[in-house]
Amino acid sequence: MKRTVAGLVTVLVAALGLTACGGGGGGDPLAGGNSGSQSPSDTITVGSANFPESQLLAEIYAAALTKAGVKVSKKLNIGSRETYIPALKDGSIDLIPEYSGVLLQYFDKSATATSAEDVYTALGKALPSGLSVLDKSAAEDKDAIVVTKETADKYNAKSLSDLAPHCGDLILGSAPEFQKRPDGVPGLQKTYNCTFKDFKSLDADGPLTVAALTQGTIQAADMFTTDSTIEKNGWVVLEDPKFNFAAQNVLPLINTSKASDTVKKTLNAIATKLDTKTLTELNTKLGAPDKPDASKIATDWLASAGL
Amino acid sequence: MNLLTSWLFDPANWSGSTGVPARLVEHLWYTALALVIAVVIGFPLGAMVGHTKRGGFVLVGAANVLRALPTVGVLTLVVLLAGIGLIPPIAALTLLAIPPIMAGAYAGIGAVEPVVVDAARGVGMTEREILFQVEIPNAMPLIFGGVRSAALQVVATATIAAYVGLGGFGRYVFDGLALHDYPQMAGGAILVAVLAVLVELVLTGVQRLVVSPGLRPVRTSGGIQR
Amino acid sequence: MTWVFDHLGLLGDLTVTHVYLSVLPVVIGLIIAIPLGWAASRWRPARAILLTVSGLLYTIPSLALIVILPALISTKTLDPVNVIITLTVYTIALLVRSIADALSSVPPTIVAAATAIGYRPLKRFVGVEFPLAIPVVVAGLRVAMVSNISLVSVGALIGIAGYGQLFTNGFQLQFVTEIVTGIVATLVLALIADLVLQLIGRLVTPWTRVGR
Repeated sequence: MKRTVAGLVTVLVAALGLTACGGGGGGDPLAGGNSGSQSPSDTITVGSANFPESQLLAEIYAAALTKAGVKVSKKLNIGSRETYIPALKDGSIDLIPEYSGVLLQYFDKSATATSAEDVYTALGKALPSGLSVLDKSAAEDKDAIVVTKETADKYNAKSLSDLAPHCGDLILGSAPEFQKRPDGVPGLQKTYNCTFKDFKSLDADGPLTVAALTQGTIQAADMFTTDSTIEKNGWVVLEDPKFNFAAQNVLPLINTSKASDTVKKTLNAIATKLDTKTLTELNTKLGAPDKPDASKIATDWLASAGL
Repeated sequence: MNLLTSWLFDPANWSGSTGVPARLVEHLWYTALALVIAVVIGFPLGAMVGHTKRGGFVLVGAANVLRALPTVGVLTLVVLLAGIGLIPPIAALTLLAIPPIMAGAYAGIGAVEPVVVDAARGVGMTEREILFQVEIPNAMPLIFGGVRSAALQVVATATIAAYVGLGGFGRYVFDGLALHDYPQMAGGAILVAVLAVLVELVLTGVQRLVVSPGLRPVRTSGGIQR
Repeated sequence: MTWVFDHLGLLGDLTVTHVYLSVLPVVIGLIIAIPLGWAASRWRPARAILLTVSGLLYTIPSLALIVILPALISTKTLDPVNVIITLTVYTIALLVRSIADALSSVPPTIVAAATAIGYRPLKRFVGVEFPLAIPVVVAGLRVAMVSNISLVSVGALIGIAGYGQLFTNGFQLQFVTEIVTGIVATLVLALIADLVLQLIGRLVTPWTRVGR
């Protein structure tokens, strides 16, 4: 009896010991997990922001690179730019789909460029060493202030200039980061002298924002122009005559050391095929009732585009 | 250290609708609401099973299943089913608080000495009187233990209300996360921890008031003799 | 249901990550908590300090700890190691108390008897005191395991894999099936882990069943 107990205890202790070593990667439990540590030099880790379109674009990049023979691992749904850029810098990820205008403002708070070309040129100069962008696509997904039809009619507002005098009556909702972004609350204040009554932290054009605008918890929302729910609900996208929101072309932001010729060629080929209409259609597919996988939509589109 | 406290000690963060006092009121409101609902649901169930000594197996099983429920999953599910507002976080927090409260009531009442209960029955008390005048007062330390541990968990977890657009101290954690603003996030986390400690202290004080002096922890050396 | 069968591969991957992220902290936590619990059971001041500190650690919201860690110990921001450390901290906080209580409850007569027949302190701890404390330790481990399994999902809020991804993704796409799948998977995993721990607990303490 006693021997059995001793045996079992030994086995248990040994098992615990083994698990601890095996999991710790060479005995040091701080050395990192199986997927979080810096990827080997021949693997590209593709990341994405925490909204569906970004994940779809990341899936497109990942699928195309895999097809081109590049080793790819994915780390999607990370969070806001303020979270994933540090992750890109510390090597947790290597590649992420980006939008030219907001990316420029992230690195250069005083950037003034608004046209697609100017933004792209300025962006090339503003990026810190170690990061680069590849060719921009024609696809644009801009932030825009969206209001319900009733609100637009009430103030007879077609543009942000029309709405500006009434901002003090309205509550604006968006992702938390919009409070501090140069084209967010501070930008609207500076460019249009539009100061909202209050700001409600929700999500980046996700279900919370849509629900809050539908329920009337907020009267104005920061949304993405490729979002099909805007049209579906008959909401009004306010024009931006003073260019608070700069051009927002979709482009890949990449760790320069990972941008091999194959990678560049593959991602630039995607850029030539991607335009705003395509992106909106892909978004609509993503939101369809049968909830197809983003990876499936990505491979289907790549095939139909001949990539 | 500055990284952890610079936001917290900036007076600008202590006033207005997004200031600490306003967020504190929100945080306490979510906590209290969830706790009260959890007591209303969990306590009678636990007390009933503890008193009748029937269904203990089912109750313990149910409590364990509830404990394993991922709060983030419940929260997102209820948002999709019921829309945004108070309901989703309160539902998630209530489900979190029920197991300790229910288990505390069950274990406390179930552990009251059978001799004591028999004596009460012997002097002609009704079942109702036994439950309210004998079992519940005797079980108070464990019942209260359950409520305290529920309160602690709810205070710490009420941060998730901010994930679905509400307020509370979680607002600082999620806003700080989105803005990659460590001081703000750390400030939020510290506030939650401090609040949890204060809640614990207050409840310990309340416990002293409602628990009969005969049941204080010294009971092993005195109290009820076996 | 079709969605589940179409995504068995994904669910398998997430299960592996989820198990790894929840079990490893329990193992590391146990290894660290044993000496701490032992210290707490022996010296009154150590007990006061350790129990207060673990009580405090338990009040820090898990998400906050996961995201603040990189600033404190300079890990990478998206490294799952942040989740592992966070859950290890909670496991230790929980186990120190149960191990201390379990060791304190070993009858002094037994300890005295063991000393009398020649057990040195370390050998006595390994051969007598700790084995007698195992049932209470296993009870603590079960609580830690179940709570870790449900807490790993929090990591998904910053993009760390596990069943939590089913929640964040299902939420963004407003897809109820995916969220329900994640909840059910978490519950099943918790149940299995709990049964395994109970079984291990029974296997290593055969004496508790003698004569019953």
